[in-house]
Amino acid sequence: MPDSADLEPRVREILDAHSGVEGALLPILHAVQDAFGYVPEEALPLIAADQTLSKAEAYGVLTFYHDFRTRPAGRHVLKLCRAEACKAMGADRLHTQIRTKLGIDWHGTTADGRITLEPVFCLGLCANGPSAMIDGRVVGRLDTAKFDAIVGGLE
Amino acid sequence: MMKVWIPRDAAARALGAEEVVAALRAEARRRGADLTLVRNGSRGMLWLEPLAEVEIDGIRHAFGPMTPETVGQLFDGGALALGPTEDLPWMKAQTRLTFARVGVIDPLSFAEFRSHGGLAGLTRALAMDGAAVVAEVTASGLRGRGGAGFPTGIKWKTVHDAAGARKYIVCNADEGDSATFADRMIMEGDPFTLIEGMVIAGLAVGATTGFIYSRSEYPDANAAMAEALQIARDEGLIGPSVLGSGRAFDLDLRIGAGAYVCGEETALLNSLEGKRGVVRAKPPLPALQGFMGRPTVVNNVISLASVPAILAQGAAAYAALGIGRSKGTIPLQIAGNVRRGGLFEAAFGLSLGQIVNEIGGGTASGRPVKAVQVGGPLGAYLTPGQFDLPFGYEEYAGQDALIGHAGLTVFDDSTDMLEMARFAMEFCAIESCGKCTPCRIGAVRGVETLDRIARGDADAISLLTDLCATMKAGSLCALGGFTPYPVLSALTHFPGDFLRAREAAE
Ligand SMILES: Cc1cc2nc3c(=O)[nH]c(=O)nc-3n(C[C@H](O)[C@H](O)[C@H](O)COP(=O)(O)O)c2cc1C
Ligand code: SF4
Ligand code: FES
Repeated sequence: MPDSADLEPRVREILDAHSGVEGALLPILHAVQDAFGYVPEEALPLIAADQTLSKAEAYGVLTFYHDFRTRPAGRHVLKLCRAEACKAMGADRLHTQIRTKLGIDWHGTTADGRITLEPVFCLGLCANGPSAMIDGRVVGRLDTAKFDAIVGGLE
Repeated sequence: MMKVWIPRDAAARALGAEEVVAALRAEARRRGADLTLVRNGSRGMLWLEPLAEVEIDGIRHAFGPMTPETVGQLFDGGALALGPTEDLPWMKAQTRLTFARVGVIDPLSFAEFRSHGGLAGLTRALAMDGAAVVAEVTASGLRGRGGAGFPTGIKWKTVHDAAGARKYIVCNADEGDSATFADRMIMEGDPFTLIEGMVIAGLAVGATTGFIYSRSEYPDANAAMAEALQIARDEGLIGPSVLGSGRAFDLDLRIGAGAYVCGEETALLNSLEGKRGVVRAKPPLPALQGFMGRPTVVNNVISLASVPAILAQGAAAYAALGIGRSKGTIPLQIAGNVRRGGLFEAAFGLSLGQIVNEIGGGTASGRPVKAVQVGGPLGAYLTPGQFDLPFGYEEYAGQDALIGHAGLTVFDDSTDMLEMARFAMEFCAIESCGKCTPCRIGAVRGVETLDRIARGDADAISLLTDLCATMKAGSLCALGGFTPYPVLSALTHFPGDFLRAREAAE
């Protein structure tokens, strides 16, 4: 949880950087999430006022998009592609194994706060599935051995 | 001096390109070799990635798939040496117009872009008036590559003729369909071509501002695109005076937030405006009332990136390729359970069997092909019985199928088509924008109904077909309206998968 004393100046900085941008709400929400790891509830009234929206409208936008989180994620975010081309390469079976290994389901975070697991629908690596992304880094032809090697090295 | 190319393309990186680069640098140091390394786009032979190329007597030779352990072969030769890249069957059989430079040049070298034919189309367009550019694009027969196949020139003419001081060019780079990566490969492999195409569109219709709406799932493409935009601005390709012409066009990159429906053009416009990505009713057409209610061209990456080649080589040369009303070339994206997956640009008209068996080499698993889904999550499943079907918009529509963004997913005979139908409904339920009931509620009912069928309830099959009819007839956009295609094609072609489930449950 960011200190609310730190929060406001940082959010204001982001809002200033986007002044004059047409349709700035998504870029602002991305920037806030990049800064804090999620979009803190306290940031929303500031953003809404800046964009001349009601808080409910800003909240409606925030919750429409799968990417934005309203709570912090684990230290690492693992996204596994659930879409068709990866399914054709056995993604479903692999995902069951991975969920069992991590002891969590989709959108869950491991008890030690290390990994949050998210589904994703296509990473554009569809000729090299099953595909994944770990903290923004792409991984192709994922299998349990590769998973163990990648996840084993994470703090 | 030793010159080597190793792609920066996300598919190459996902398979270890960075590790190969590190190993190559270390090996060159160990041998005292003077290494020049270029990070190019991908040649599209994705089963060979990371594919390295080494210049030997002025000719690029391919090696792959590379691993850190095998980089010595780049110096000494070995089993991974494949011969001159351009002589490989995959390369020789293509007609590369839109992807001519992808994999060849350093994507962020403006000098290489120019020396390989970049800016020829824009230079010609700058000497024409807007209406003439629009007429040229219309004459080429280019149709939208984002899925709907609408003639690009006609869309541009609407925006050209629309009154309004401010018009926009919006590039739809929200490539969300499974089995598609052509947009990504352009953005990572030849981003200046996309920028050039957008500038031409701006000049043609009288727009001075453009947006590229990309997706958060593409961090590598977005980084390349952002860097390319900065270079393009520094080089005067975009900005207050395009190539010193005195005509302005500027361009901004925006990133979506993980909503598939934002690929639909009106949802995309709402998202660009900072709203929920809900689909708008048409009319009004985006061409007349698009971004901020102003006239707007919305085109797919490949539509826009094909324009420079059309202007450079002339509409007639483009229109001479293809079949029927499907003119020019199409970048086929061959994916899923396939031996040779990748991007293959060819004139329209290849048969499905040629694509899957000859180009793709059949399944990766070596088992028989069961089905091929063409056109992403809203596209139908086709069977080997339909392998004669030529690749074209009308040809596919005639089979209750669609070519979409030209992605093809190959499935082997271990696939359970009931599960694939269920997934189509589940995906629609997750990604529905919520505006209309047949889609929002129908997709959830679809999942439940398929679960009933899976439990052996045969009566539920007719419920499913009724539900699909309701979704087709009552949905505002193709997410709800076309999800029935994969579902019904699975049911029609593979009734056994729906019956077998019943027997198993009894
Ligand atoms: C649910 C849905 C998703 C879509 N996704 C995309 C997409 O990712 N990229 C795209 O170019 N078009 C997509 N489209 C099609 C667009 O609405 C639109 O037709 C296209 O961007 C127009 O450009 P074009 O004429 O160059 O194809 C989608 C349509 C629907 C209904
Ligand atoms: S069909 Fe679905 S996604 Fe399309 S407008 Fe209706 S609810 Fe939204
Ligand atoms: S379907 Fe998994 S990366 Fe495209």
